[in-house]
Amino acid sequence: MSFGVEVRDLVVRYGQTTALDRVSVTLPSGSITGLIGRNGSGKTSLLSALAAFRKADAGTVLVDGEDPWENDRVLAGVCLVRESGDVLTDWSLRDNLRYAEQSREHFSPELASRLMDVFELPAKRKPAQLSRGKKSAFGVVIGLAARADLTLLDEVHLGMDAPSRYAFSDALLADYVEHPRTIVISSHLIEEMQRLVERVVVLHEGQVLLAEETDVLRGRGTSVTGPADAVERFTSGRTVIGRQTLGRAAQATVYGAVDGTDRAAARGLGLDLGPVDLQDLFVHLTGPTGLAVTQEVQR
Amino acid sequence: MFDGREPIYLQIADQIRTEILNGALGEEEQVMSTTQYATTYRINPATAAKAFSELVDEGTLYKRRGVGMFVSPGARELLLADRRERFFAEVVQPVIDEARMLDIPIDEVVARLRVAAAGRGTDVGAAQSPPKEDA
Repeated sequence: MSFGVEVRDLVVRYGQTTALDRVSVTLPSGSITGLIGRNGSGKTSLLSALAAFRKADAGTVLVDGEDPWENDRVLAGVCLVRESGDVLTDWSLRDNLRYAEQSREHFSPELASRLMDVFELPAKRKPAQLSRGKKSAFGVVIGLAARADLTLLDEVHLGMDAPSRYAFSDALLADYVEHPRTIVISSHLIEEMQRLVERVVVLHEGQVLLAEETDVLRGRGTSVTGPADAVERFTSGRTVIGRQTLGRAAQATVYGAVDGTDRAAARGLGLDLGPVDLQDLFVHLTGPTGLAVTQEVQR
Repeated sequence: MFDGREPIYLQIADQIRTEILNGALGEEEQVMSTTQYATTYRINPATAAKAFSELVDEGTLYKRRGVGMFVSPGARELLLADRRERFFAEVVQPVIDEARMLDIPIDEVVARLRVAAAGRGTDVGAAQSPPKEDA
């Protein structure tokens, strides 16, 4: 089974700080979503609200159709793994796994032990004795082996080395195709998870900047290079999210669909159109210069 | 693999079309399942499924209920016709544009092509039915 998620106008505040400001987002049941945002953009607050670690200050959170707050049925199917690990630090990894097995209905000890081997984790050690990357990996072991209807992995990539990240992707996909469930992976790095996630939700300063199919988003950024005046002509009326001038040449990054007619027009103006990878697009959209266009993108 | 601006599902679909064109996948042969594809290439299964459904819609693949996806009879001929059409628009036309910009007479381009084709006989045929090895 897997849980769909419906969030409407969610507000989460910490004292004077508004962490989430009227966030609305839909996560289809059984999909893998990438939750992308800079540090402090509200990713952890959103995931915490879904797992009922935080109460909503306003708005609606529905997990499998119900408010997860103090809702045992829903929470039994939700597993949040935060960067901090959410493990019992004084217990060995083995004991932590035993505890997880007892407390989680669908927990798979076989998968857990396979993943412990994949990530080369020492079962007798305590979480505190592990490197940052190994701690993250242990979080992944718990998160995947729990086979929760809604699995929330918060910044689990942190500190993992490249082979571990590949192993994580492989393990997640292999188990997901056997046991489909709703999964959210948060990160400030979109690059390596872009093939894994069907949809991307970008949070920026506590608000949803965009929510889109990953494949659609991949085609949204275009770099325009050529004579400055031609670049100016081509980009006028478009959403420009980055601009660089090099003498009489210029390069602009535009956001939005570029069709065949646009390409022909660009060729006529002597311009080169190039792809913009998702990480660059994300930096342009959420970086210091991207702020001005936030509203335009949302429209 | 799977880089650039093209949606991944289009790249997957193109890869399978190329395999059919170069004979790696024969007609009536079974193709990988969505889940095999997803785990082999580390991509989201929904993305792979989208590619397969596009190939089914255009008639390149067909579904046998409960068994899997297969290459349609006549798929290679259809793809060849389509690729040949695109060859002139996507490969030849840019050559003409570039030659014009560089003030190279088209006759000279044609002459060069003739010489090159005569020198390495199979290359012109290759342009029409690309038997290029898969990367």
